[in-house]
Amino acid sequence: MTLMKSLAGATAALALMAGVATAEPAVIFDLGGKFDKSFNEAAFGGAEKWAKETGGTYKELEMQDEAQREQALRRLAESGANPIVTTGFAMSDPITKVAPDFPNTKFVTIDGWVDPATNPNVLSIGFSEHEGSYLVGMLAAQASKTGTVGFIGGMDIPLIRNFACGYAQGAKAVNPDIKFISAMTGTTPAAWNDPVKGAELAKAQKAQGADVIYAAAGGTGIGVLQAAADEGILSIGVDSNQNHLHPGKVLTSMMKRVDVAVFNAFTAGEALDTKPQTLGLKEDGVGYALDDNNAALITPEMKAAVDAAAAKIISGELKVHDYRTDNTCPAATF
Amino acid sequence: MDYATILQLLDTTIRLATPLMFACIAGLYSERSGVFDIGLEGKMLVAAMCSGAVAFYTGSVWAGLGAGILGSMAFALIHGLTSITFRGNQLIAGVALNFLASGLTVLVAQALFRQGGRTPPLTGDARFNPITLPGAEAMKDVPLIGPLYYEVISGHSVLVYAAFGVVALTWWVMYRTRFGLRLRAVGENPAAVDTAGVSVTGLRFSAVMITGILCGLAGAYMATALQAGFGKEMTAGRGYIALAALIFAKWRPVAAMWACLLFGFFQALALRSDVVGSIVPFRIPGSFLEALPYVLTVFVLAGFVGKAIPPRAGGEPYVKER
Repeated sequence: MTLMKSLAGATAALALMAGVATAEPAVIFDLGGKFDKSFNEAAFGGAEKWAKETGGTYKELEMQDEAQREQALRRLAESGANPIVTTGFAMSDPITKVAPDFPNTKFVTIDGWVDPATNPNVLSIGFSEHEGSYLVGMLAAQASKTGTVGFIGGMDIPLIRNFACGYAQGAKAVNPDIKFISAMTGTTPAAWNDPVKGAELAKAQKAQGADVIYAAAGGTGIGVLQAAADEGILSIGVDSNQNHLHPGKVLTSMMKRVDVAVFNAFTAGEALDTKPQTLGLKEDGVGYALDDNNAALITPEMKAAVDAAAAKIISGELKVHDYRTDNTCPAATF
Repeated sequence: MDYATILQLLDTTIRLATPLMFACIAGLYSERSGVFDIGLEGKMLVAAMCSGAVAFYTGSVWAGLGAGILGSMAFALIHGLTSITFRGNQLIAGVALNFLASGLTVLVAQALFRQGGRTPPLTGDARFNPITLPGAEAMKDVPLIGPLYYEVISGHSVLVYAAFGVVALTWWVMYRTRFGLRLRAVGENPAAVDTAGVSVTGLRFSAVMITGILCGLAGAYMATALQAGFGKEMTAGRGYIALAALIFAKWRPVAAMWACLLFGFFQALALRSDVVGSIVPFRIPGSFLEALPYVLTVFVLAGFVGKAIPPRAGGEPYVKER
């Protein structure tokens, strides 16, 4: 076994030294799972699109628990994969540990942050979730008849609070008196995968008067959307376009173009530029979903108001507060 | 906190307590017969997956329920074989079954549906839909009891009422039938039961199979009533909370029902931070409320609230003297 390992390692090293240009890119999906219909599935979509357009192949790994992260990164790096794209904020720590050992391999952390000064081979891609959430918040406030909108997050981390904060700001921009209620599913990664609790949280928020609920909770969000559809209120999906899950009952989805980020990283290949990126409305990195499934729910007035706000955000005239800059939110308390 | 909020909390409590009640009573049969079952969680998970998958294929929730029960009984049979027939360690067998269920359910669901170990969403008759009890609409406007009847008691799926029925039935079986007497005896002193000419193996197997049926109901309820399909690890530790409730209730059926309702109430309260915030002046984290069942169980085990004595022959395989 040890012999096999060192042999495999030597082969990989040889391949790298010979400068073979056929390195496959790789993607590592976070705990929510490749088919979470949301964040990770968007990454999968981007990788598949790349494979289809270029005819190339890529490696993939799905995290099953916290302890695997570092090992998975090492294994992929040793196998010669380049670049290695990872999803989820929790991958940035293992990357900081592994990246210095593989200076010729490019790593990408989506939603994470690794300082490019100390790790020049790591690209950090962030999104301006607050901008996209602001837009869906405006839609929620306009669609709400009760004057109460809800938010259900997955794990309670600054990133998810940023979704909530942007959403609350958007809702209050439309109706300053609107009541905003928020709940987090939990404080451990298990919070990304508890649809039963998500459904009960949604029912609890409905009992508090909410008639539009925005879920930013990975697999837990499936339960939120289901409960909202059962209870006859509206929900808002996240990351991928989730409008089709319950046609006519999902108001819209806050799109986070993880697929575009993965696609671009794969396309750039080994020549990837590691200057940190933040993808906002301007870069088409976030937005709201409009398709046949929710066309009847979004009136032309709503669309006009939101598009006007989007234009203002892009031009810089309107600034949405980013929770992560100072850990406070002007429109909501947690 | 107004009356409507209390009703809403109780409504959630009943929904969340139902899977606990099924699983807790399931554990009661097995443990009262002297077979410790830590694998309630795994059996629920298997049942949830089977019922979700079959309900989707057939479009009938009853077929799904049947499949869930069968799947759970298959696991119960393995548990019975290892711990009764082959006299293996009951706890280890249970843990192994939990691990097996956790991996197997996702694997099978992924192979069947290719949706990441999830079963496709169920609609219409493939789910247990809420039923409105007779007179609920008419009673709605009666002050005080009207809303209570309409909001809390009516409007659940049929399995919720079945859970309360199971509690009553279990009390009757345990304390009013010959089978129940023998079952309790075999958990306390199997040698005496054997001397009386009653099969220890037979009694224990029937108890373990009843456990399988009830865990099947618990899992099917989660996948086809609470949710619309199976998801990876969707039981989320409820099998263990049910075990805690069983100890808290000192292995008695009616007390088990109250323990499950209490634990369900804590879970419901954890969902409503606004209500908790309005009662107490300081902030209680939701995770504290969710941990309370375990804390209470430790208190009971430590002997603060009377003594919790498990069935005396529990955990030990019965060996006939030669």
